[in-house]
Formats: sequence, structure tokens, C-alpha cells
Amino acid sequence: MSSLATPFSVRKTSWRQPSVLPGFGLTFGFSLVWLTLIVLIPLATIFLKSAGMGWHGFVEVGFSHRAIAAYRLSFGTAAAAALINAVFGLLVAWVLVRYRFPGKRFVSALVDLPFALPTAVAGIALTALYAPRGWIGQYLEPLGVTVAFTPLGIIIALVFIGLPFVVRSVEPVLADLGRDVEEAAATLGANRIQTFSQVIFPAIAPALVTGFALAFARGVGEYGSVIFISGNMPGKTEIAPLLIVTQLEQYAYDGATAIATVMMVFSFVILFGLNAWQAAQRRRLGA
Amino acid sequence: MHISGKTTRRLFLASAVAVVTLLSACSGGGEKSAKSVEITNVSYDPTRELYQAVNPLFAAAWKAKTGQDITFKMSHGGSGKQSRAILDGLEADVATLALAYDIDAIAARGKLLPEDWQKALPDNSAPYTSTIVFLVRKGNPKGIKDWGDLVKPGVAVITPNPKTSGGARWNFLAAWAYGRKAGGSDAAAEAYVKRVFAQVPVLDSGARGSTTTFVERGIGDVLLTWENEAFLAEKELGKGKFEIVVPSISVLAEPPVAVIAANAKKHGTEAVAKAYLEFLYTPQAQAEIARNFYRPRDPDVAARFKDQFPTINLVTIDKDFGGWASAQKTYFDDGGVFDRIYSQK
Amino acid sequence: MSRTASTTEGRTSQALLIAAAMIFLAFFLLLPLVAVFTEAFKQGIGAFGQAVMHPDAWAAIRLTLLIAAISVPLNVVFGVAASWAITKFHFPGRHLLITFIDLPFSVSPVVSGLIFVLLFGAHGLLGPWLAEHDIKIIFAVPGIVLATVFITFPFVARELIPLMQEQGKDDEEAAISLGANGWQTFWHVTLPNIRWGLLYGVLLCNARAMGEFGAVSVVSGHIRGETNTMPLHVEILYNEYDFVGAFAVASLLAALALVTLIAKSILEWRFDLHHGGAVH
Repeated sequence: MSSLATPFSVRKTSWRQPSVLPGFGLTFGFSLVWLTLIVLIPLATIFLKSAGMGWHGFVEVGFSHRAIAAYRLSFGTAAAAALINAVFGLLVAWVLVRYRFPGKRFVSALVDLPFALPTAVAGIALTALYAPRGWIGQYLEPLGVTVAFTPLGIIIALVFIGLPFVVRSVEPVLADLGRDVEEAAATLGANRIQTFSQVIFPAIAPALVTGFALAFARGVGEYGSVIFISGNMPGKTEIAPLLIVTQLEQYAYDGATAIATVMMVFSFVILFGLNAWQAAQRRRLGA
Repeated sequence: MHISGKTTRRLFLASAVAVVTLLSACSGGGEKSAKSVEITNVSYDPTRELYQAVNPLFAAAWKAKTGQDITFKMSHGGSGKQSRAILDGLEADVATLALAYDIDAIAARGKLLPEDWQKALPDNSAPYTSTIVFLVRKGNPKGIKDWGDLVKPGVAVITPNPKTSGGARWNFLAAWAYGRKAGGSDAAAEAYVKRVFAQVPVLDSGARGSTTTFVERGIGDVLLTWENEAFLAEKELGKGKFEIVVPSISVLAEPPVAVIAANAKKHGTEAVAKAYLEFLYTPQAQAEIARNFYRPRDPDVAARFKDQFPTINLVTIDKDFGGWASAQKTYFDDGGVFDRIYSQK
Repeated sequence: MSRTASTTEGRTSQALLIAAAMIFLAFFLLLPLVAVFTEAFKQGIGAFGQAVMHPDAWAAIRLTLLIAAISVPLNVVFGVAASWAITKFHFPGRHLLITFIDLPFSVSPVVSGLIFVLLFGAHGLLGPWLAEHDIKIIFAVPGIVLATVFITFPFVARELIPLMQEQGKDDEEAAISLGANGWQTFWHVTLPNIRWGLLYGVLLCNARAMGEFGAVSVVSGHIRGETNTMPLHVEILYNEYDFVGAFAVASLLAALALVTLIAKSILEWRFDLHHGGAVH
């Protein structure tokens, strides 16, 4: 502790709440510059390019019947998959954090597999499993459940892609959660279910929502794994990213960017809404 | 004059940087006199085996003639995607793609080669041809003999998506040619093609994806595919599990080749790139082409392999569909016939 | 380490929860993994070895490791800086900033490749200038790095933000008021607290960087032995009907990820043991 920093010096910047911690200028500035260079400027080219086609052309491509059907499919399947992941991801995170059982380390490592496996390989492997003659598909077919080449297949691929987002968002927060509140709740006579729903769940809800939002956002844009299992039938199992590719095949770069813009704005609004909700939630809890 | 150690080191560093920069600048420029030369061939998916076989032959021939060693850099992918990559700056010396439309795009949009590139080499710049045939399962359980059988109830047809696959566009046009001949009009052809696509359970994004769906996943009763792909599937993928059925009418597919003039000039590879493509027309290369199940152009070689390639009544893009530019616009662009087929279910 | 009965579940409910989680994971993760390895070893270890030892496969492995070695550190520095700014300070637009950081997750991989083509391609915004100066970005290593950095951009920050938010800033404030400077506070107070979260972030970022397919596929040019990363090589082999080769390289990617993650949990476990012993 050699330096004698003046801990309570008054900050010049008035637009943020004063803090005793240093490094705001450095970290904020660096984050902003890096974000601008890597994400914002490149993404701006999408808007620029699609702006070049004029409003009329933009609406014609970006909001055609076909495109709307594709958005509905992409956003619908992504939401369904993210919901499944929120439930089971929480369960997996819970089991991994709280319980001891043989093979736990392997299971914990397995959860990240979807990040590591190239999406195309995931698509191929899942199709091999769920196709009508696949390992699992052959048992589902007689029950009247067709997975591959239907929206159900897309959901399965997106569950695979999105699972680690939920588990990895919830896990650290769950692990960090102090035991004292739970003990206090128990002392006050709460049973486990009450403790979970009144004490634990509110604490991990923001992380769960983050996981849901990320899994959802990732699912909306997923291409590599989905095209193998979806069947790509126009109007039925044609996902929005596939439409972008078909636009490119016609050398219609601006058409491709129009669809990309619509998808991005949607995703952005949803993500922003969830982030804002999360913040409000946290404020309500007084953290 | 006294120069400190630090300054010497700096000078040395600076000159080293300068030398490296110069060297790298040179390597981009004149390679004519060099002992070795590099050619980038940007091609589409099914030609991998073909160029793997042809490249060493040309390398040997070129070495004998000029003493230069050739390194080939091969890039394979969907034809349209490869065309866009060249347009966007992938420095191909030669392009060997699936349809003339994709090289036309490079000429028209990128101005990287003359618009009349197809006249640069014999036979529309297509040293090999192919056509669309059917692949069915052993014993042909559904009795598929011709296009008409595809629309029989209970027959599942596998083809890739014409929106994303060059091969699928050939499939579509071949089916159209049959529909037009059988029904006598374009309206009849559209009705027929629509019925065919109603029997398609899955549209993969590329030709090889469709082959895998049919061969590995066991989905569908008939696969519409390139003749060379059908042979490959029959002879190598699933020996004895499949049969090729040759329909009464099909389409003449001419996968074209071209020197991307602007890039070759920049790399100083014009002579070798031109010689490479011309080599494809020699009897030696043509035999290799036939062995890889493409139809050779050379009449002598064709005669030697005539048992392998049955005669089919073939329509052509230029005569029967008014060229690729028009065919693409009418059938496959947004709002074209293919979209119409799927929108009025 | 033992929990009192009031803060844990009964044996039966524990077993039930574990079973439910395992069944779910078996169907969605384990089976696909088993499928990949089954295909890879379908024709014995010899065919597997041949595919993995092929010079083109080696070139792909080297390139993939290089790309990860460049892009992961970049995103670690960014992730730590961004989480510090966002969680230790209150300023307007924080949620907007978080959302911007999330954005690359929601951009389709197809589009993430496309944006760099639109920027640096021959007909892109900067294309003509780059061509004049003979600088190659797309269809070369820099383009692949850029696309990878973009794709993995949020991973570290996303891992740290919820964790640091949960932890609050009391520890840091205490350190500062005791006279520590910013760096000391970060090294001795913050870093130990976020250690595991950061490690997670790095591992995930690394796994994703090595596994990315869609975006890289657009900017790579697919030149064999030169600009093919492992996932692209998998696709090429698959399209050559070399299924064993394709799955062999894919299983290598999966194994790489599994090994690093198992190593991480062993590290974590040993640390806990050591730490726990020292406290009591």
C-alpha cells in the first residue's frame, strides 16, 4: 500500500454517480473504442447497405410474406428452445452446483460441448440421431412424432446450441449465493420449496433471464446446424438466415442486408427489453 | 562519425523491414522467371476428385516444358458462394464453376475478365459436360423409369434447393424440359414441376447435402443429381446399394472454366493459367475427366468411354431456356417460377 | 462442507433431480457426442489416425490454434475492462452498453461474415483503398481473426458482468479506503473474486473461437492447407464423402474442448481442497 490515493476525491464527470473506485475513464473508454471498432462500425455497414435500396425496396424484401413467415419461424422456435433451456438449464446448473455424484466433472465439461463443436457437425450429428431412420428417430416415428425436417427438429437443434448459455449464466451466481439467507429462511420455518421460490429464485432470476436472452438471440440467427435438420421447405421450415443466403445467391447484397437489418432490430429490442427488465428487478430487490 | 549501438540496431531493423517489404512486394509481381509458380483454382464442390487427378498431370507436363514447379491452391464450395468470393476479392487465377451464370456475374459485376470470356476456349469454355440423372435404391423398388414416374403417389424425390444450389437449378430445368415436352406448353411444365416438388420431403442447401440425405440417411426413393455424382455414389459411397436410371430427356450441363484475367495479370500467371485450362482439352486430361465420370469433349476419348455414358436426348440452356441470365430471372430469382410454385399451395 | 438438513434436499428428491438433469443431457448432449465419436472410429483407429495426421488437417489445426491465440486475449482484456466499467459504476446508458455487447450473439453467423465482406471486400467500403496498398484482410488470416473476435466478443464480458454485479463493490471500496490504488485493488481484491468466472469466460471464448463455422466460412476463401480452419476442414471432408475423416477432425475439436474443461474442474477442485483446509 505505497501510494496515497485520495480515496474520496470528487470526480469531474458529473453524468454518472460518484464512486470511490478508480479506472472508470480507462475501462469505459477502452470498452467503447473496442466495441465501436469491432461491433458497431461493422454492423453499421449492414444498415448503410440496406439503406441504399430505398424504403420501398426495403419493405418489399424485408417484409415479404415469405420473410414474415421465416421470421415467425425463427423467432418462435428460438423462443421455444430458450424456454426449454431455461427450465432444464436451471436444473442442470442446480445439480452441478449443489450435489455430488459420480461423473460430475465430465458432465460439467460436457455442457460446453455445443460451443466447441462446429455448428455444421452438430447439425449432422443431430440429423443422424433424429432422422426417421436415425438412432432415436426410428423409435419416435411409430409414435407419430417426426422430428427431422419439421419445426420440432429446428427446436432440438436450437436447444443444443443454446443450453450452455443458460447453464453458464446461472452457475456462477448460484455458486456464489450465500448459505446464510437460506439458513435464515429455514430458521424462520420455510420449507425447501418456499426457500427456493422466495429466496433463491429471485436471486438467480436475473442470471436466468440473461441466459434465456442469450440462448434466444443465438437461436434466432443460427444457420449451420439448423439447415441440416430443418428441411428448408419454403414457407414451412425456411429459417430467416436461409433467406439471407438465398438473397446472396442472387447477388442481391442489399436484399440480404434488408433481412439482416430486420432481424437485428428485432433481436436488439428484445435483448434491450430484457436487460432493462433485469435492471428494474435488481433495483426492486435493492441490490 | 560515431554511431551508437542503439542506432545501429535501429538501422539494421529498418533495413530488414525494408527488405522484407520489398521481397513481399516482388513476390506479388513478376513470377515469370521464378523457378516455381502458384495457381489458385476456385472451383465448386463435386470437382475435388477430378482436379486432384488432373493437377499432377498438368504439373508434370508444365515442368517438362518450362522447368517450373507448380503449386496448386484449391478452393471448393458452392458455385454461387465461390463466385461471390472471387467478386469480393478472393484472388483466383482460374475459376472452374458449375454454371456460366456464376462466371458471367464475375465478368459483369467485377469486370475481372472480359464479358465474352466463354469464347476464349473451345466448346463454350466447358472442357467437360454432365447431365442430370436419377439415382434409385437397389432393384428400383418403386419402378422409376422416367420423369413421369416421379409424380406417382408415394414416391419421395430428393433434390437440393434451387435457391441455394447450382446443381438444383439444373434439376429443375431438366424436369421443366420433360414437362414441356410431355405437356406441350410452359403452363403444363409448371404444373408438372409443381407436382414433382410436392413430392420433395427435404430441400438441402447443396448438392452434396442431398446425396448424403439420400445415401446416408436413407430418405427418399429417387435422387435427382449430376451424372458424375450419381456414379460416385453408386461406385464408391454405397457399392451395390444403388442404381442409376437414365431418363428419356435431360439437360446438357456445361460447367465452364475461365482465367480470371485481372488476378492472373496481377500475379503474373497469365501464361500458366491459360495453359492449365487448355490442358483440360488434351486427350490425357480428357481421359482422366471421363474416369472421374464427367463426359469428355474429345470424340476419341468419348468413343473409348461410350459404354459408361448412355446417349440421352439433351436440351441446352442457350437454345431451350434463352441462356442463364434469362433462366435465372424467370425461374429462380425472387418472385420467379420457383417461388410461385411454393406460394400457391 | 456438509450442509444442514434445512438447506438441502432429501436424498430422494436429490436423486430425482439428478436423474432428470442427466436424462436431459444424455439426449441432447451425450448422444450427439457419442454419434460423432462412433462415426470417427467407424473404420478403426488407423483410419482415424490417417485423417488426423494428414498435412491439410495439420495446417487446419495450426491455423485454428493461431486464430484462438490471437482472438481470446483480445476479448479477455475487453471483457474485464467492460465489466469493471459496467458493474463498478453507475452511469446512464449502461443497459444500452450491455445490449450492444450482447449484439454479436444475436447476429446470424451468416451476417457476421457478410459485414466484413461489405467492409473489406473488393467492392466494400474500404476495399479499393486496401487493394491499392496491397493489404489483404478477407480471404486471409486477418479476416478470419476479425470474424472470430466478433463472434466471441461477448463471452468474457457476459460471464463476468452478472458475477461482478452479484458481488457488488464493497470489497473494492474497502480496499481503496485502506489506501490501495486501482491496480492493487484489481489484482488483490477483484481478480481473486472473479477468478473462476474469468476462467469460464476464457474457456468458453476459446471453445467458440475454435469451433466457429458460419462467419469464418464466409471470409476464409476455403483454400486448402492455407485458410481452412478445423471446422471448415470438417465441412470439406464431409463434402468429399470422407465421413470418417470429417468426424475424426470434429471429434478432435470436441476432445480438445472436453480436455480443457476437465482440466479446469480438476484445478478448481484442488484449489477448493487446499483453500478449505487452510481456512479451518
